[in-house]
Amino acid sequence: MLFKVFPENALEILYDVLAPYPLVGPQAKGKDREDKDIFVFDYINSFAELRLDFPTTIHSVKKFLLPSRENLCTFNLFDGDWEKYVDFNIYKPHVFFGLHPCDINALNKLDKVLTGPVYPDPFYSSKRKNMFIIGVNCNPQSWCFCKSMGADTVYSGFDMFLTDLGDKYFVEILSATAYDILTQLPIADPSEADHRRFIELMDERNRNFVCQVDSSDLTKILDLEFQSPVWQEWGDRCMSCGSCASVCPTCYCYGVKEYVDLDLTTATKQRQLYSCNLIDFAMVAGGHNFRPDSPSRLKYRYYHKHRGFQEAYEEALCVGCGRCGQACLADITVPDVIDSVRRQKVPK
Amino acid sequence: MKRLDFVDVLSADRSSARESDLNNFEYSYKAEITSVYRLTDTEKLYQIRIVDKVQRHHFAFRPGQFVMLELPGIGEGPFSISSSPSRHGDLELCVRAVGNLTNFLSRVARGTVVGISGPFGTSFPVEEMENSDVLLIAGGLGIVPLRAPLFCVLENRSRYNQVDIIYGARNPSEMLFTYQYQMWRQFDINLEIIVDQADATWQGPVGLITEVLKKRIKTAGNDLSSNTYAIVCGPPVMFHFVCDMLINARLPMQKIFVSLERRMHCGRGKCCRCNIGATYTCLSGPVFDYWSVLNMKEAI
Repeated sequence: MLFKVFPENALEILYDVLAPYPLVGPQAKGKDREDKDIFVFDYINSFAELRLDFPTTIHSVKKFLLPSRENLCTFNLFDGDWEKYVDFNIYKPHVFFGLHPCDINALNKLDKVLTGPVYPDPFYSSKRKNMFIIGVNCNPQSWCFCKSMGADTVYSGFDMFLTDLGDKYFVEILSATAYDILTQLPIADPSEADHRRFIELMDERNRNFVCQVDSSDLTKILDLEFQSPVWQEWGDRCMSCGSCASVCPTCYCYGVKEYVDLDLTTATKQRQLYSCNLIDFAMVAGGHNFRPDSPSRLKYRYYHKHRGFQEAYEEALCVGCGRCGQACLADITVPDVIDSVRRQKVPK
Repeated sequence: MKRLDFVDVLSADRSSARESDLNNFEYSYKAEITSVYRLTDTEKLYQIRIVDKVQRHHFAFRPGQFVMLELPGIGEGPFSISSSPSRHGDLELCVRAVGNLTNFLSRVARGTVVGISGPFGTSFPVEEMENSDVLLIAGGLGIVPLRAPLFCVLENRSRYNQVDIIYGARNPSEMLFTYQYQMWRQFDINLEIIVDQADATWQGPVGLITEVLKKRIKTAGNDLSSNTYAIVCGPPVMFHFVCDMLINARLPMQKIFVSLERRMHCGRGKCCRCNIGATYTCLSGPVFDYWSVLNMKEAI
């Protein structure tokens, strides 16, 4: 990997070089009840809007790759016959400016399922391939457990990665495109002092991770505790609203529906992101539901993310961003649930 | 389709380079419903022929696999292929009218053009079963996915030893494929049928499918450990009782195959709707050996 530094004020030059492309980044939109800024990923129109100091966002950038609703195809209907038209909804190359390591790791996890080798999803792949990603280091929040999930640092899946050293940016360069762009900035090789400063900052960041999950032997423990009463307790609290899946950067489940337009000459096939916590997720025609109660659905969610995916890809389908716990109406958090399964005790 | 240049941040090993794979994702064959055969009040057998001659000829599937059938604007769903693999793209699907799509399907006229994609999923290892006894055990609609391997046996009868079909139906009016029973028997297949509730015309046994199976196991000396394969398909409760009996008769787990039912929205290992844990029924199934089933929580 190549490392460079550039002065703090050159960040705006980087923005200007990339501004001709559709550019998505963190920006403040509104205030929460404690009068703190709420951050979202959205299109940035001026450098002032870009807030690389953001703590976290409500949603990840998943919505740009897996929109909550997406048309898979349209049909022209004739008398007893039809024509199918497929549009992968490819859009212009986008710049994603300011993704935290957890969100880049989340994309890497989605890639494992959605870009192949079995039935690669062209709707996702085409958008994914058109991303130029600039990562940025974060300040851990009290609910972040990414370190426990091994997602606090990122090694691939981005073009360049920035760390604020105070008066300059330390940049890791992973693609030729990124290098070409950086040549338009006053870049320099990092000095010995820059190295030291970077390592000190990383040490300090590491110390700031307070929330932890013990995921050792978790696949076995989940299997052993499949009938544990803790699932019933959590299930009773869960409202089956699906907020967790909505904000999760790694949830990709969906449902497909087809609609006929009112004039009966065209039809649309649409997919909608879904949640395994919704009541009809595993229902088959005729009404049989393989997971009819909320404990079984909540349990399935944990089994998919922390056991099944682990078994298939040797990593959990969770980056520890903690968004699900923040969004949950019943204050169900991943660290609490996993801890309760280990200890057979649900916190009040 | 509009094409844009990709920036391509994905490393080569992460992105599937095969454009054909990507372009075929939403592809469906046009297929015509050439005839509809009413089996019972709720089930119909649809003869579905892929319209394009070349596509029809090249359509190859293995027994136990399924297709996604699409009615534009109405919906799409997974259906077991219940015709012989040797018939390629001349498919037979047996469908119970139970939901939106299937109720609509039950009303369409002959000649309607539907979309077919697939075939998807795993299959019964019929070649591996050669030179063995074969037990086909079906409850209710479970006979549908068993019909494809049954055809493989019928067409290659000399390669299989004793073949039994044990079929349990709720009542005689719900029995499927009645018009073929005589043919099956003429192929030297032992067909035993049992119903839960008899009606005035029913002459055969009444009771649970396990009673017939018990008799069959007894004639084998309570030992199926050598040279027997079993294929089981039916409602979840049936799996437990039937598979337990087979295990007790020392039939090895890896010689018991089941076909599981789940709701699928894509058939391609993406939508997660058919997941058992993180096992996709559409990719790793629908046909599983019993050892795999035991290793999945809540599979049956």
